[in-house]
Amino acid sequence: MASIRFRLNGVEAEIDADPDASLLSILRGPMRMTGPHFGCGANECGACNVIVGDHAVAACDTPLWSVADKDITTIEGLGSVEKPHPLQRAFIAEQALQCGYCVSGILMSAAALLRRNPEPSSADVRAALDRNLCRCGSHNRMVRAVLRAAAEMATP
Amino acid sequence: MTRPAPSPSAPKLPVSLAANPTLSSWLRFSPQGHVKVSPGKVEIGQGIVTALAQIAADELDVDIGRVQMVRASTAGSPNEGVTSGSLSVQQSGRAIRHVCAEVRQIFLGLASDRLGVAIDALAIEDGTISGPGNIRTSYWELADEVSLERDATPGAVPKPSTQRTLAGHSIARVDIPDKVFAHRRFIHDSALPGMLHGRVLRSELTAARLVDMPKDRARAVHGLVAIVRDGNFAGVVSQTEEGAEAALGALRRSATWSAGETLPDEDRLAEWLKAQPVESTLIDNRMASQTSETQRTIRRQYTRPYLAHASIAPSCALAQWSGERVRVWTHSQGVYFLRSDLALVLKLPVENITVEHMEGAGCYGHNAADDVALDAVILAKAASGRPVRVQWSRADEMSHAPFGAAMAIEIEADLDAQGEIVGWRHSIWGNGHTARPGRAAQPALLAATELSNPFPRMISTNPPQANGGGADRNSIPLYDFPSWTIESHRLTTMPIRTSALRTLGAQGNVFAIESFLDELAAGRGEDPVAFRLRHLSDSRARDVIKSVAKRVGWKPDQQAGIGYGLGFARYKNTGAYCAVVAEIEGAEDIRVKRLTIAVDVGEAINPDGVVNQIEGGAIQATSWVLKERVRFDRQRITSNTWTDYPILRFSEVPEVEVELIQRPDSEPLGAGEAAHGPVTAAIANAVFDALGVRVRNLPITRDSLIAAMESTS
Repeated sequence: MASIRFRLNGVEAEIDADPDASLLSILRGPMRMTGPHFGCGANECGACNVIVGDHAVAACDTPLWSVADKDITTIEGLGSVEKPHPLQRAFIAEQALQCGYCVSGILMSAAALLRRNPEPSSADVRAALDRNLCRCGSHNRMVRAVLRAAAEMATP
Repeated sequence: MTRPAPSPSAPKLPVSLAANPTLSSWLRFSPQGHVKVSPGKVEIGQGIVTALAQIAADELDVDIGRVQMVRASTAGSPNEGVTSGSLSVQQSGRAIRHVCAEVRQIFLGLASDRLGVAIDALAIEDGTISGPGNIRTSYWELADEVSLERDATPGAVPKPSTQRTLAGHSIARVDIPDKVFAHRRFIHDSALPGMLHGRVLRSELTAARLVDMPKDRARAVHGLVAIVRDGNFAGVVSQTEEGAEAALGALRRSATWSAGETLPDEDRLAEWLKAQPVESTLIDNRMASQTSETQRTIRRQYTRPYLAHASIAPSCALAQWSGERVRVWTHSQGVYFLRSDLALVLKLPVENITVEHMEGAGCYGHNAADDVALDAVILAKAASGRPVRVQWSRADEMSHAPFGAAMAIEIEADLDAQGEIVGWRHSIWGNGHTARPGRAAQPALLAATELSNPFPRMISTNPPQANGGGADRNSIPLYDFPSWTIESHRLTTMPIRTSALRTLGAQGNVFAIESFLDELAAGRGEDPVAFRLRHLSDSRARDVIKSVAKRVGWKPDQQAGIGYGLGFARYKNTGAYCAVVAEIEGAEDIRVKRLTIAVDVGEAINPDGVVNQIEGGAIQATSWVLKERVRFDRQRITSNTWTDYPILRFSEVPEVEVELIQRPDSEPLGAGEAAHGPVTAAIANAVFDALGVRVRNLPITRDSLIAAMESTS
């Protein structure tokens, strides 16, 4: 066990846990942060993606020790009903999902993309989401939603 | 002897309502100004609760924001069987429309009494019933005076389509905000007070016996509550999810399993399917009164592999015992059916078991949702009344859940001297396409076969053609051929577990029929659109084909490396009409660039919801066609990761354009499975157009293309 500190959705957090535990198990377990979803446990589907620093990573494959002193953003920190992120607004506007289980991870991959590339092309979006799996076939709506959010964010 | 003339179209209740006639089981008003609508169908990501809310709000004239959709539960929901077969709008939608129409009339009648004006003089706006001179009351005011504990009566008349303001419009789905804001809507994210975590130990080997399972290592894992063993079923219960995983890992390292059953040779699947013991059924037979003489007969064989449901979420369930009663939370597609099977396994009356639905990820048919519910029920017995949450691993989800059945399909066409089709024989070999729970005297749940007093493994069967058929779904041609014989040979052995996957056999049959027709048209030098239209008299069928052909400017000019192909079907021959043109490019690796689709679902309750379903179905079918095949060696399923069972990725997804042909006065038809067959065939036909190669064995990969080229040359 070790005490590890990080910033979670802008708030200082400290947790006593096995440093080799996966970030996902810590988020979903003791921290009750259930937005990141378990899909495969092997960094193959993206359902658990969160942003660490500036990059979307699979929380299931991220050991707790590696996020010490880092900034972590989960879907819970992206926006809320009262203050939605443009991506969340756009996913609603485009009705860009069916079952929605993959969506929290996809939103985080998309948010990381827009941080580093505010004006992505459709191909950029597809490349950024290529490690996220969607089984319902909502891909094209999601790409449209990300482009809509980017356009909205670019409008002063 | 004379018979009384049948009364002309006596009004009948919709089928779901006839089975559950009590009005209050479907609809209640709350004094707070809400309408609680309680369907027996469940949300599986298809948007059904929104479509049903639209129907209710429309018929009652209330704002859709007042409609609260109740999750299905055996504690009180109408029993609508299983949410499958693209039937939810047809069954639940018609029932709710009828209930709301009748309840509206009941309230209008009462309001008329109270207000002293004729019903005709009353109007309803957002639940407020008003009449001349500013007199008014409302559903909520009158709710206490009206008992809906009465049976629905035939003859309630819903509004004409022209007076509907919500049905027919693309209302935003009610569940989407929760999902983009990560509110806890999924069963996976739910926690009950005092909840423990369970995991089940399963061998990779098929039907292996658990010979020895030393418990010492697992006992040493922090947080362990119980180790459960009953025959070949074993699992752990822990205070935490990580503890459960760790204890499971410890058990796995210690356990010894016997050899399992032998699996077929995956490279000789068609031969294997055709060599097994079967039950043969004549599906349909049509004899022409006068046929031209057969000049030659062409025979082709098509295959499709086993396909995985491959839900993004591993299956999950919660269970809690209280004495001899158990409560179960599940993402099963049929809460009552699951309850029946649980009762068989537990040897308890169904009244002792409550099964409640909670949303899971898209399942696309009978996946492990029901299996994990029994796992949770068994493990929760060791939890002293505390609730237990069980979640499968990705590997178990990809190897122990039922698969869509592999199929071998042979079609023979007899051609006359002019090359016209005068005879047609279609034969299917494969396992049955359904082994769902709740239908038989034995349970269909995996753990039931593992207990020390095991139930036999259920061999999957096929629903009758009258219910859409199983392996034979869409095997009867919609085309006007003068004669045909359709047969289905269902395997009576089942080394690889199969059950319902989206479309059942329709994807394979439509692939076969539409590929063969394309080949026959090409053999005559006839355009495939013209060829199909010449054999189709159903005007709605013709319309979707003509629409899609017009939209793509059929046929676009030939370009090197680009191909166009057409596929068409009416799902189940009674459901939605769908025609697809695929545009593909490539030589060794095929890329589907664009799918252009025309679809007719009759009345589209939520047009954008229909388009979403068609797009999703088209993309999923493209994934099946280009990538998917359950892999196995002679002992185990080997495709138990996303690496070994790849699905289509964002960069590989085609553009999808959907034209919805609106028919507001026709019965609404489901959209979830309409596109799979036509898309499959359209891609295969486009591959031929581009490369001159007929791929008859799915999936269409580099390997199958090379194999097809070699067999042609």
